[in-house]
Amino acid sequence: MLSQPGTEFNMASSHHPQNQVLDNIPRQVTSKVFIQRDYSEGSGVKFITKFPTDLEGKIEHSTFQDTIEKLNSMFAEAEEVGSRSHCEGCLACLTGYTIFLCLPTHYQKCLKRIARFVQEQNDTIYVPRGLMITDPMERGLRVIEINILRQDT
Amino acid sequence: MVGSETTYTPIAMPKRKWEVHPGRNKFYCNGRIMMARSTSVFYFTVGLIVITMGLFFGFDCPYLAENLTPAIPIVAILLFLFVMATLLRTAFSDPGVIPRATPDEAADIEKQIEVPNPNNPTYRPPPRVKEVIINGQTVKLKYCFTCKIFRPPRASHCSICDNCVERFDHHCPWVGNCVGKRNYRYFYMFILSLAFLCVFVFACVITHLILRTNEAGSFLDAIKQTPASIIEILLCFFSVWSVLALTGFHSYLTASNLTTNEDIKGSWSSKRGENNYNPYSYGSICKNCCGVLCGPTHASLMDRRGVVVPEIVTPDSTTGSGQPSPQNYGATTFTEPREPDEMNDTKEDNSKTNLTLVTTVDSNNIDAVCNETIAATSQPTSPIVNEMTPVSQTSLVFPTVNHLPVVVGGETEENNRNNVMHPLSPPPPGAHPPVRPFVKHSISQEMDTLEEDSAMGLVKLSTV
Ligand SMILES: [Zn+2]
Ligand SMILES: [Zn+2]
Repeated sequence: MLSQPGTEFNMASSHHPQNQVLDNIPRQVTSKVFIQRDYSEGSGVKFITKFPTDLEGKIEHSTFQDTIEKLNSMFAEAEEVGSRSHCEGCLACLTGYTIFLCLPTHYQKCLKRIARFVQEQNDTIYVPRGLMITDPMERGLRVIEINILRQDT
Repeated sequence: MVGSETTYTPIAMPKRKWEVHPGRNKFYCNGRIMMARSTSVFYFTVGLIVITMGLFFGFDCPYLAENLTPAIPIVAILLFLFVMATLLRTAFSDPGVIPRATPDEAADIEKQIEVPNPNNPTYRPPPRVKEVIINGQTVKLKYCFTCKIFRPPRASHCSICDNCVERFDHHCPWVGNCVGKRNYRYFYMFILSLAFLCVFVFACVITHLILRTNEAGSFLDAIKQTPASIIEILLCFFSVWSVLALTGFHSYLTASNLTTNEDIKGSWSSKRGENNYNPYSYGSICKNCCGVLCGPTHASLMDRRGVVVPEIVTPDSTTGSGQPSPQNYGATTFTEPREPDEMNDTKEDNSKTNLTLVTTVDSNNIDAVCNETIAATSQPTSPIVNEMTPVSQTSLVFPTVNHLPVVVGGETEENNRNNVMHPLSPPPPGAHPPVRPFVKHSISQEMDTLEEDSAMGLVKLSTV
C-alpha cells in the first residue's frame, strides 16, 4: 500500500501541472499558521494578536492586528455578561429553556456576524494576498487557522 | 505498521460530523440530541419522577383539589413540566465539548514542545503544561493526549465520554450526560426545581393522609383508601434529602463560581495557601449567580449536524486518471490491520471503530507518509520525498505564543504522573514496546525535521 500513494502522487504531478485551475481553494493550501487562544483574561474567547513570524512579508502588521482585534471585540460582545444576557437568561428560564428551540440566541447572532466578517476580510484583504482565514468556529474556537495559499503564476 | 492489506472503501454519502465524533457519545434525531454512551440510569431517573408524579396526580391531586384548593394540581403540573424540561435539556445538550484538534493543529503543537530522544527508552518526556496568569493566579493548562490540545482553563477530560469539556463540572449518570459550561445552568435549575417538587409532593401527600385520617377516624383506614400515598411518601422521603443536599452544594458552588471538579480538587481552596483564591469569581455572590445562571448562552462548538469536509492530505492528490477523487480520498474508511500493541487504545470497545478511524485517516496517512519518508532518506531526490513536501510544509509554520509563560521543564512530579496516569493517556514510556502516542510523537519529530530539510533543499541525516 505504501507505494501506492507515492505513485499516485507522482502521476498527479506529471498529469496535472501546478497551474491547472483548481475548483476548491483548500487544495491550494501550502501551509498553515495557527493563532492560539489568549487566556490571560480568563476563559473568554480571545486570540493572541502578536504577529506570527511566518506571515512576515505576506501582510502588513497593522492590517493583521486590526483583523484579530476586531474578531476579539466581536467575541467579547457575544460573551458579555450584562443586562442583555440577564434578560435573555431569565426569559429562557421562565419558559423552561424551550424558547431557544425557536429563537436564535444573542451568541448565535454574533457568530453569524463573525462568519460574515471573516468572509468579507478574506474577500477584500486576505485572498488577494495569498492568505485565507478559517472561521474560528470551524476549529472549535481553539485557533484561528490562516492558510497560506499557493501562489499561482 | 501499514500493511499491504490496507483497503480504501469510498463513502458514497457525505457524513455528518456527529457520525464521526470520536468521543463515547450517543446521538439521536440526526445529531440534534447528544448523550453519554450509557443512559440506563437516566431512564431510571425519568421513570422515578414520572411514576411518583403519576401516582400523585392519580391518587392525591383529586382529593386535595376538592378538599383544599385547586391550586395544588396547577402548581404541581407547572413544577413537574419545569423539572422535566430542565432534565431533558441537561441530558440532551452538548455539555461544552471541545472538538479534537485537526492533524495539522496537533502537528503544530508538537513542534512547540520539546521532544524526547526516541532512542532512549527510559527518557521521560517533559510534562506538557503551559502556564497562564489569570487575575493574578497561575493556572496550568495541561495537554490532553487524546484531544491533542492544551486544555483551556477550567476544561477537563471526561473519562466516561472521552471528550474534553469546557468548565467541566462532573459526569452525572443520573442525567446521562456530562455537566459542563453549556448545560450547568439547566442542571442547576433541574436540581433546584426537583428539590421544590420533592418537598411540595411530600408535604401534599402528608396533608392528604392527615385529612383522610381525620375523616376516616384511623390512620390505617386512610392508608387503605389511598395505598399509593405510602409509596409516594417513601420515594419522596428517600430522595428529598439527597436532592436537598445536592441543591445546597451546587448553590454554594454557583454563589462562589466554582465547579465540582475544582471543589473536589481544592484548586482554589485557601488551605493550599494564603494567596490562593478563585480567579474566575466575579467578586460578589449576586454577580456570580447572575454570571453562572444568566450569562450568555454559548453555542455548541461541535457543529454536530455539519457535513464532514475531508481534510486534504496533499495539494497534489490527484483528480481523474482513474484515481479516486480528492473528496473520496480524504473521506475513505481506513481499514488498517493494527498491531496488538496498538489495541490498548480505549477505542477498542468502540462499536464505531470504523467511524473513529475515518477521522484519524489523515494522521494515519501522515504516519505512513512519514515511514516512507524515513525509508527514502537515503535518496533525498526521490520523487516521493518531493511529492511529500507540500504535506510537510503544512506543519512547518507555527504561531508564536512566547508571550505566554510556557513552562516546558519545570513541572512537578505530581502533575507529570497525573498526566501519565490519566486513564486515556499512554502508560509510562518505559513500557516496552512503545505505545502509539509516543511512537507517533517521535516519528512526527523525525518527520518535521525531514520536512524542514526537504523544504529548504537540504538533506540532513541527523535524526534516527
Ligand atoms: Zn481531552
Ligand atoms: Zn461525561
